[in-house]
Amino acid sequence: MNLNDTAEQAAFRLEVQQFLRDKLPRRLADKVRTGRRLGKADMEEWHAILNERGWLATHWPREWGGTGWDVVERHIFEEEAALAYAPRILPFGINMLGPVLLKFGTDAQKRHWLPRILDGTDWWCQGYSEPGAGSDLAGLKTSAVRDGDHYVVNGQKTWTTLAQYADMIFCLVRTDNSGKKQDGISFLLIDMRSPGIEVRPIRLLDGEAEVNEVFFTDVRVPVENLVGEENQGWTIAKYLLTYERTNIAGVGASQAALEQLKAVARTQRRGGRALIDDPLFAARLARVEIDLANMATTNLRVIAAAAGGGAPGAESSMLKIKGTIIRQEITDLYRRAFGAHARPFVEEALEDGWNEEPIGPDEAAPAAAGYFNNRKLSIFGGSNEIQKGIITKAILGL
Amino acid sequence: MIAETLRRFVADELPIDARNKAAYGERGHDPAAWARLAELGIAGALFPEDAGGFGGHGFDIAVLFEELGRGLVVEPFLGSLMAGRALAVTGDHDRLAAIVAGETIVAFAHDEAGADEVADIAVRADRAGDGWRIEGTKIVVPHGEAAGLLLVTARTAGEAGERDGVSLFLVDPSDPGVTRRGYTNIDGGRSADIGFDAAPATLVGGEGAGAAAIEAATDAGLLALSAEALGAMEVVRDLTLDYLRTRQQFGVAIGKFQALQHRMADLLLEIEQARSAVINAAAAFDEPTSSARSRALAAAKYTAGRIGRMVAEEAVQLHGGIGMTWELPLSHYAKRLVMIDHQLGDEDHHLARYIALGRDAQGS
Ligand SMILES: Cc1cc2nc3c(=O)[nH]c(=O)nc-3n(C[C@H](O)[C@H](O)[C@H](O)COP(=O)(O)OP(=O)(O)OC[C@H]3O[C@@H](n4cnc5c(N)ncnc54)[C@H](O)[C@@H]3O)c2cc1C
Repeated sequence: MNLNDTAEQAAFRLEVQQFLRDKLPRRLADKVRTGRRLGKADMEEWHAILNERGWLATHWPREWGGTGWDVVERHIFEEEAALAYAPRILPFGINMLGPVLLKFGTDAQKRHWLPRILDGTDWWCQGYSEPGAGSDLAGLKTSAVRDGDHYVVNGQKTWTTLAQYADMIFCLVRTDNSGKKQDGISFLLIDMRSPGIEVRPIRLLDGEAEVNEVFFTDVRVPVENLVGEENQGWTIAKYLLTYERTNIAGVGASQAALEQLKAVARTQRRGGRALIDDPLFAARLARVEIDLANMATTNLRVIAAAAGGGAPGAESSMLKIKGTIIRQEITDLYRRAFGAHARPFVEEALEDGWNEEPIGPDEAAPAAAGYFNNRKLSIFGGSNEIQKGIITKAILGL
Repeated sequence: MIAETLRRFVADELPIDARNKAAYGERGHDPAAWARLAELGIAGALFPEDAGGFGGHGFDIAVLFEELGRGLVVEPFLGSLMAGRALAVTGDHDRLAAIVAGETIVAFAHDEAGADEVADIAVRADRAGDGWRIEGTKIVVPHGEAAGLLLVTARTAGEAGERDGVSLFLVDPSDPGVTRRGYTNIDGGRSADIGFDAAPATLVGGEGAGAAAIEAATDAGLLALSAEALGAMEVVRDLTLDYLRTRQQFGVAIGKFQALQHRMADLLLEIEQARSAVINAAAAFDEPTSSARSRALAAAKYTAGRIGRMVAEEAVQLHGGIGMTWELPLSHYAKRLVMIDHQLGDEDHHLARYIALGRDAQGS
């Protein structure tokens, strides 16, 4: 298997690198590199920069303002952006709803919503999970009952990432209770400013307020906001999953995090020498580096298969599991690297506008918080246990 | 007995909400609760009779700290234990009595950036008139701000890397030569980085001969933290087991999934290993200083670090999203378990020590 870029791919890679050098604000890259918190404005800024270049919607066809890239080009872009410490593209509008509308939406829906995703008019969030429906998503209960030309929605979503900023939420709702639970689900677009919606923040263990509960009480949603047919929601959700799991390995982001880890390990000291020369730490570092190099190739193999026309199926479960374990291992080593100074927790130091002298090494402040926060990687997007279940069935046939 | 008293006190006065309020609050602990714990005489269990206590054996320390771990208590017992054990060696009985009685909050100011062993100490103390002055910075000193008294380790002779030439000093933290920068710990409680700028200090014990007292302090600290971790693990195990029994997905309790059952079985097994490590260390603690004793302590702290991380990560994972929330007590236990590995040397440090001590024992 050829692991090298073709001539065109190499040229494209250079173009991406040049763009990142020119356009990625240093301030944002520094935040990503050191694990400080990105605010709403930061994320919008990066989206706008990408959109200006026409590189925001990497999964969309050109006619709708996307890049029209193939799977390899997309991979190159994602890898280079991550290596340059670019903020991630928020997936909800661009990578989740966009492809759904393109496949299942009416022309009117596409014309209305897609441009607004690109230019940032609508901030989208994902309303799937409920208190009683996590891994068992089809067990969701939030109901939508038809009343004239509206649906009336009642229920609760939870873990809704960045709903506090959202203008819109796409939801899976129950429209039928009579048959199999998967057969009574619909896909609905709901305005977050509708009367009857309440958003309550959930504080995570590291103090981060990135997820929310969203409550719906008699929320009226126009029927034209139904995507696809009524009770076709599960099919849509399954289709969307294939997009949710692209770039799931996060190879570039892990490589970038590993570089940052090594930089810190060179300056931190233990037992009278640089931490990177400590045999036990060096062994930990080498193990994760080898794991990552192996996974990078596994990832390319899956991409090559997809480029050859195969749809990524259960392989993406492999990438999700390995990718998250590796990333979590890197965050684990990162907090270790700071020793005692990983313990101080000065939340203001993670935000903009904190100008005080750091406590300990400059980059220590977000290390432990980042480690704890990244526990989420193996929980969301289908937990690693659920992914193993998929592998067991789809690949092993057990 | 004393453990039961403590358990009841924690249940009544320091339930998790009260604990979190204090732990993440301005003081980093609950002074009223600390005063009540002093009245109950809890700290006495950490010291032998000749030091004014009524315990002081390895198992006394282990049992008490296991209970503190179960309750996720952030009160300044570790400082009392470590400073008290050091002062017991130097023979400063008046000060010790105040510590045992819980009248003084004392912080053991020992850690320095990049220094894991007594020999690595670089903070200096120099003679000034008939007293001493200290120069340098100690980091992440637990309750360094709340402390009314600091017991500081500093070098009076020699170079970093030498075990001799290190001494112990008492420092009044209100002296203008002392700057304390306090902050909340990610796992609760407060610590401080403490700068000494020609801060006046009183030598305790022999000049340049502090290593034995410092090691008495850190040995007790290692045992205490290992036992605290064990207590936290037990609670995490119970909380997780309970969750597996009650959380329903796909129409059944998730504890019915064999994949999760085996994960839980692994946790149980590893926690029992951690318990045995604490028992080994507690038994060895009462023996005279030897490399076998030091190895048992290193082994316990290594084990607490390794298994503590595993238990924390597994418990969060088995809970799913809810395990990551501030609201759930579990997440605070998970943070404490992981952060114990950032106190008094981490798992790698103690593994390396264990290897080196084994080599020494063979060589002699
Ligand atoms: C930070 C964060 C952000 C999120 N953002 C969003 C969002 O924006 N929108 C949204 O809709 N959702 C979001 N989620 C929700 C996420 O998708 C769910 O947390 C996830 O699906 C797991 O569900 P749960 O938390 O209810 O755990 P549960 O499903 O209750 O799982 C608990 C444990 O049981 C295991 N388990 C469950 N079923 C099985 C089985 N059959 N076999 C073996 N093990 C099993 C799980 O793997 C887990 O270890 C987010 C979650 C987090 C933590």
